[in-house]
Amino acid sequence: MNDIALTINGQKKNLTLAPWTTLLDALREHLDLTGTKKGCDHGQCGACTVICDGQRINSCLTFAVMKDGSEVTTIEGLAKAGGELHPVQQAFIKHDAFQCGYCTPGQICSGVGLIKEGHAKTDDEIRELMSGNICRCGAYPNILAALKEAMSK
Amino acid sequence: MNPFSYHRPTETKDALSQIQKANAKFIGGGTNLIDLMKEYVEKPSELIDVNALNLRGVKTHADGSIDIGALVSNADCAYHADIQTHAPLLSAAILAGASPQLRNMATCGGNLLQRTRCYYFYDKATKCNKREPGSGCDAIEGFNRIHAVLGQSSSCIAVHPSDMCVALAALNAEIHVRSPRGERVISILEFHRLPESTPEQDTNLHPDELITMIRLPANPYATHFNYLKVRDRSSYAFALVSAAVAFDLEDGGTIKSARLAMGGVAHKPWRDLEAERMLTGKRPSKDLFATVAKHVFAKARGYKHNQFKVQLGERVLVRSMTEAIEKGVKR
Ligand SMILES: Cc1cc2nc3c(=O)[nH]c(=O)nc-3n(C[C@H](O)[C@H](O)[C@H](O)COP(=O)(O)OP(=O)(O)OC[C@H]3O[C@@H](n4cnc5c(N)ncnc54)[C@H](O)[C@@H]3O)c2cc1C
Ligand code: SF4
Ligand code: FES
Ligand code: FES
Repeated sequence: MNDIALTINGQKKNLTLAPWTTLLDALREHLDLTGTKKGCDHGQCGACTVICDGQRINSCLTFAVMKDGSEVTTIEGLAKAGGELHPVQQAFIKHDAFQCGYCTPGQICSGVGLIKEGHAKTDDEIRELMSGNICRCGAYPNILAALKEAMSK
Repeated sequence: MNPFSYHRPTETKDALSQIQKANAKFIGGGTNLIDLMKEYVEKPSELIDVNALNLRGVKTHADGSIDIGALVSNADCAYHADIQTHAPLLSAAILAGASPQLRNMATCGGNLLQRTRCYYFYDKATKCNKREPGSGCDAIEGFNRIHAVLGQSSSCIAVHPSDMCVALAALNAEIHVRSPRGERVISILEFHRLPESTPEQDTNLHPDELITMIRLPANPYATHFNYLKVRDRSSYAFALVSAAVAFDLEDGGTIKSARLAMGGVAHKPWRDLEAERMLTGKRPSKDLFATVAKHVFAKARGYKHNQFKVQLGERVLVRSMTEAIEKGVKR
């Protein structure tokens, strides 16, 4: 077992974990943060996307021990303390950018990362740079619309 | 997943001594190794995390060569201003691969050593000489749509899946590695190997060697270059076939030198030096490109489900060469 410390959504958490625990399993099984979803567990769907040290990553393909000392933001940590939603969350609601909602936490975290990275300007670039998030319900047009609105703010 | 113990050395010498332990492996971004550990294809008992080592940073030298630290992420490499200016072919190839999340995680060192996506390699219930030497190859008579058409053997018909490495091959990159025996430099052309009778060995790197950096020699290919990747969906999928092309043109348009490397067709990025010589000193034309593409695939051999790759490969190469010429003109 390894002792590690992670700052999750601004709160420091000390954990004792087997080194083969993925960051995704640490969040869901050990910290009860089940907003981050497990879709494929193989880097192929993006449902597990979180923001780690400012970058969007697939939490299923990293071990929590490798992130010792890191700051992680999950879907639970995007809204302000008073409950005001993050602009990307607001835009997803306004544009109805989901159906079943399973991919949505990953889509939103990925969208936050995309905006921060600043490489997407056109619709095609947004589509390409959101391609790491699969939506089985096919909400892509509305996800694009939501992200365009959030980017313009 | 198999249990393992985890180490995070901060000094290279410690990493090089820890890797001597039985069944130890380095881990970079983890995007390939963890995936394979979940399937019990890789079963290290010691994981040596290299992320705390001082192997980051992109450095451009006065002579135009560029050093890329082994731990530079694929995203940082692709978006680095010097890479975009002096080696845009490499940026294009990296950005054609995986997803933004994976490129944030993946290291350039790890990308070089990513393993094949052959379905049988991933599936422990099947026969695979790469996973289990001597067991056979279920791909040869099986579903082999994504497999090799050039340089394969009767032991293995897998392809190397990397996009980055195809551009590195076109740019004659050098891989710098370190072990307790000292440092050595391996040309990218000698780094990956053909399967022959030992497909379990993807590369000529020794298991205890640490990749420290990739050096790109100065190159004249920042204007007329192209990376064309053809796949089953328009993004977030491995190449069926890809072609990295670069030309240095005389003022009059004659080809001074050319580089051609193909992905998705062989066990390593496929450079054809003779095809490059066929282009040298000639004026670009449709006929020339068609002749060269025919030459590259002259010895290609397909299987039941990937026969299409031979014609597709020729076409992708011709189109990539054509686009490389046009790209410079439009600027
Ligand atoms: C869903 C999915 C889609 C993908 N699509 C593409 C694609 O389209 N194109 C593409 O090119 N790639 C693609 N990839 C692969 C991805 O690019 C690789 O997984 C990644 O580059 C590996 O880098 P890493 O740092 O994560 O390696 P790791 O998984 O950490 O390591 C891979 C190997 O390298 C070794 N290693 C790591 N660093 C060093 C070092 N410094 N010295 C010595 N050995 C080292 C490890 O021991 C291991 O054997 C995809 C991956 C996934 C999961
Ligand atoms: S092609 Fe190579 S990797 Fe695939 S099953 Fe055959 S031996 Fe294994
Ligand atoms: S659960 Fe991580 S990418 Fe699918
Ligand atoms: S909303 Fe159902 S998977 Fe995206």
